[in-house]
Amino acid sequence: MSAVNPSASAAVVVERTSMVFNRGRSNQVDALADIDLVVAPRDFVALIGPSGCGKSTLLRLIANLIEPTSGTVLVNGKSARQSRLDQDYGMAFQQSGLFEWRTVRKNIELPLELKGWGKSQRRERADEMLELVQLAEFGDHLPWQLSGGMQQRVAIARALAAHPPLLLMDEPFGALDEMTREHMQAELLRICDAADTTVVFVTHSIPEAVYLATRVVVMSARPGRITDVIDVDLGSERDEDTREDDAFFKKITEVREALRSGEATPPASVRGIEDR
Amino acid sequence: MIRLGARRAALFVVALAGVAFLWEFYKLVGPETGGEVFGWRVIPKASDQAMPHTWEMVSRLFDPEVRGKDTPIWLAIVGYSWYTFRMALVGLLLGAVFGIALAIVMARFKVVERGLLPYVIASQTVPLIALAPQVAALGGNWDLPKWMWVAALGAFLAFFPISVATLKGLSSPPPASLELMDSYAASWTTTLVKLRFPAAIPTMVPGVKLGATAAVIGVIVSEISTGVRGVGFAALTYGQKATSDPAQVYTAVFGAAALGLVMFGLVVAIEAVMMRNRPQEAVG
Repeated sequence: MSAVNPSASAAVVVERTSMVFNRGRSNQVDALADIDLVVAPRDFVALIGPSGCGKSTLLRLIANLIEPTSGTVLVNGKSARQSRLDQDYGMAFQQSGLFEWRTVRKNIELPLELKGWGKSQRRERADEMLELVQLAEFGDHLPWQLSGGMQQRVAIARALAAHPPLLLMDEPFGALDEMTREHMQAELLRICDAADTTVVFVTHSIPEAVYLATRVVVMSARPGRITDVIDVDLGSERDEDTREDDAFFKKITEVREALRSGEATPPASVRGIEDR
Repeated sequence: MIRLGARRAALFVVALAGVAFLWEFYKLVGPETGGEVFGWRVIPKASDQAMPHTWEMVSRLFDPEVRGKDTPIWLAIVGYSWYTFRMALVGLLLGAVFGIALAIVMARFKVVERGLLPYVIASQTVPLIALAPQVAALGGNWDLPKWMWVAALGAFLAFFPISVATLKGLSSPPPASLELMDSYAASWTTTLVKLRFPAAIPTMVPGVKLGATAAVIGVIVSEISTGVRGVGFAALTYGQKATSDPAQVYTAVFGAAALGLVMFGLVVAIEAVMMRNRPQEAVG
């Protein structure tokens, strides 16, 4: 219940938050322990860690799809629940989750429809979003007529359609091939820059985290906690050359070492992390 | 599309001719009086009495139904079948409305599903032939036309596959889609309308197909035990004359078969409309 000073202007504040599933039963899981995280507006925060470190759980807490066992989660200065009710954020998952019976345009219009927007207003915004993700001529296609990368772009357009200040993404490019993935990463940076969006992005790829994020939050498993936060100062203009930059490789090494030291307690190697 | 339709029509005619040929072939070689295998009477009789010639069945269609009148049998059969078709259609519609409503309530409240599903399944084990006269007698108390009760009995059989298929379909959306609707703070009703119901349609279509067939069977069986004069009743009355006029009963069978085909065609047409936006298997 305590109000903290940076929370008023922050996009996301997670304070002393823990998440326990199946408390008191034999299959009890301590998914998250004592998490503190502040995301400033226009930040791009990447959550990275081995499988089972609770990074998706943390994202779901911010989205208020689950309630924390203890602690406070604030989004845009409001409780996470109120922010969800106000639809203050857009969300994208690993599976594009497009509705196969709706055209691409109708899929993008879905959040606007639920907000009670009028028909012409919806159409105008959907066309604007189609333009933004460079799918202008595909508005009347059905999702299954599009490639995986295009479907994922539609999902991002849907997440951004209502111009939410915050975008929550759970491994949105995980199912894409490497070439499409790099292309989508560049697209995402361009789109978020154009729309002034704050992003919390779950990934298990180190280069993806470093390329996209202004801050990489490194997590470790059992119980899930934040072991390190690494600022990535590669500037706001990132392009294909950034991927071959020395600073880029140094950051990748830094994140990798942070992941290894976080995992030091059990001697196992870092599982579920992509080095490529 | 047209070529595919033509090919299917041709296949249908070929299949029909094949069945007629097999029938006549057996009549030619089969024993007049039937036969036994290890003491079991399993070899059918090939006499004109038991297996009238196919051309006799067809020519019988053009004879008058009752001696002294001019209405040919085929016209009478069309009339009976049309009546049965309408009752089956009403039964299917009633069954679909009730079945879908029941599935929605069961999907909404797990308690209802647990409590009600055993009774829904048990309802299908009640023999319709015993239930039909009871329902018809009950109908007498309300002064409703008898055909409504027959349609209701069709619905009684039709609702079950539709309800079970809908219930399965309503729970088919992946967790990510449900989370998406949650992230929009959508109510259960909104999620039903925008996500669960559209997602259920591919699962519902086979249920409706089964339901359509069940409605036809339900109506025909109920006609027999309630005396409503549709094609089932015609089959019964013609069957009573089978010893003197064995070909006539088959005219009613033709009517019932045609009725089944029309019903199936109708459901396929509904399917085509409902599934027009869905992934085509050829696209994969």
